[in-house]
Amino acid sequence: MRHMVLIRLDPSQAPDGGPDEQLIADMNTLIEEMTKAGVLLDTAGLRPTEEGTRVRQTGGKQTVIDGPFTESKEIIGGYCLLQTRSNAEAVEWASRFLRVHGPEWDIEVEVRQLDDQG
Amino acid sequence: MRPPEQPTGQVDSPGAGLRQATKSPDERARRAVEAAWRIEWPRLVAGLTRVAGDIGTAEELAQDALVAALEQWPRDGVPPNPGGWLMLTAKHRAIDRIRRDANFARKLELLGHQLRIDEHGERLADSAESIALSSGTLGSGVPGSDLSGSDSTGPGSGRADRRDPGAGGSGRGNSRTGGPGPAGSAAMGSGRPGDGAEVTDDLLRMIFTACHPVLTPPARAALTLRMVGGLGTGEIARAYVVPEATVAQRIVRAKRTIATKRVKYEVPQGAELAARLDSVLEVIYLIFNEGYTATAGERWVRAELCEDALRLARILAGLLPGEAEVHGLAALLELQASRLRARSNDTDELVLLADQDRAHWNRLYIRRGFAALGRAHALNRTRGQAPGRYALQAAIAAVHAMAPTAAETDWRRVTGLYSVLAERFPSPIVELNRAVAVAMLHGPAAGLELADKAAQSGALDGYHLMHAVRGDLLSRLDRVPEARTALLRAAELTANSTERALLRDRAERLGTPPAN
Repeated sequence: MRHMVLIRLDPSQAPDGGPDEQLIADMNTLIEEMTKAGVLLDTAGLRPTEEGTRVRQTGGKQTVIDGPFTESKEIIGGYCLLQTRSNAEAVEWASRFLRVHGPEWDIEVEVRQLDDQG
Repeated sequence: MRPPEQPTGQVDSPGAGLRQATKSPDERARRAVEAAWRIEWPRLVAGLTRVAGDIGTAEELAQDALVAALEQWPRDGVPPNPGGWLMLTAKHRAIDRIRRDANFARKLELLGHQLRIDEHGERLADSAESIALSSGTLGSGVPGSDLSGSDSTGPGSGRADRRDPGAGGSGRGNSRTGGPGPAGSAAMGSGRPGDGAEVTDDLLRMIFTACHPVLTPPARAALTLRMVGGLGTGEIARAYVVPEATVAQRIVRAKRTIATKRVKYEVPQGAELAARLDSVLEVIYLIFNEGYTATAGERWVRAELCEDALRLARILAGLLPGEAEVHGLAALLELQASRLRARSNDTDELVLLADQDRAHWNRLYIRRGFAALGRAHALNRTRGQAPGRYALQAAIAAVHAMAPTAAETDWRRVTGLYSVLAERFPSPIVELNRAVAVAMLHGPAAGLELADKAAQSGALDGYHLMHAVRGDLLSRLDRVPEARTALLRAAELTANSTERALLRDRAERLGTPPAN
């Protein structure tokens, strides 16, 4: 089964200057480990919402709004696509992802199984 | 996908309350333990086999460690380095066992292992904790306490209490705060039970042992899924649609064979590596195929088994990044797996390649397959080697993956690749596949000629697909009675009920043609 792990955080609460060198190194180690365990299919961080665009459709009418999206506190900062044998394994990997972050990070992941039917 | 909007002011994570409501903390802890254990299992048991000298003992020690984890983690939280924790606990249980063991000769033999355990433990844990633990066990753990107290006051629990404070709090490894921490700090960040090279070697040893040619192919598959894939016997049994007792027995016998035949727990070197690697690749390939075209049972495809094989192929690619054929196999499996969803319909009937809805092909797997194939090619080029059988098959799968519709398939390229495959790795099955491709390029008559030639050897007489292919080609040549005979023979031979139904249906429809 596959799971999408969505990484959410509040950019205003994130440490200035983003991840430090140690976090980047730890993250790379973890990514390598997930790769070698055969569970990591894909992963990426997302560019800040300043560079994002929302296209919304309501009542058949589209509106295009450029970032930043100040009204939303938590945004998706990145994702992992995992392939594991159980939900619990995906949750454990997600938990390891959080674990490499220090206490200065207020961060959450959402683990969602892909619907492979139909 | 649109992220759900957060009402301003709601700072708490929206899922937390919900999860607590749906799952008890105990249940969540138990699941976390099981998941962590499962993730760590292959490396744990591979490392323990090296220090214990035997797979069976390693498994028992790993199980002991799991029991300790089930006792403590729900209470104290999953430690920052679950793999290291499990490994140290298992080693302590090993020392307990040695001390419990009354058999003097056996004791002497194992004491040798203990020395190695201690040696390994020091490297593993940067010595501080392991020494503390060893002295704790050897000093305070007087022999009398073993029988009554090993579960509650044994080394496993004592160690965990000492080590876990860091786990419950920030939950972050010691590696960031600098300086070696008490418990395997070098491995903290990654959660590994040892340094990278050592783990790599242990896992490779396990893979080569589990896939050793002294074992029968089903035993190799079962043992590999168990020891490297981390599957339980129940899961393997379900995957292969056989009774659990059969799998358990198969694994027990395989372990016994490894012991009696004195199979060395090592990674083969030089020319032997190539030969033994073939066996490893074949095991993974067969596991995948069992899932891809189930030989037994009701379901046509067992995607989980394919995923298990894929994971094994990816693990192997991570362990042996310099071996072209490992990437070739990974490429083949990724590309084949990309079609899994399109390969059966809602009622689990087989959908042939030509009829598959290509929108359902998994683009990510295709991309990963191409990337792996690229690595295989690059390695082959660097070494002046010709592509191996899996890389060639992956190249064929890649041609299909590139075609936006079945009609746009580059059959010339496919037949060319099959020619190379047939020349380098001749087999009646390759010839049969080549016949199918040639039929697409040059028409059914040319295909049938090749198929008949492949059939001549007699090696394919019991292979249902040979009859299915002939039946298909004969029907396209309007040789109806022969076609019907061949399709019905194919239906008789297949063990898969879905496929049987499909073949019979085709034969029947041949029977009532608008004879024009």
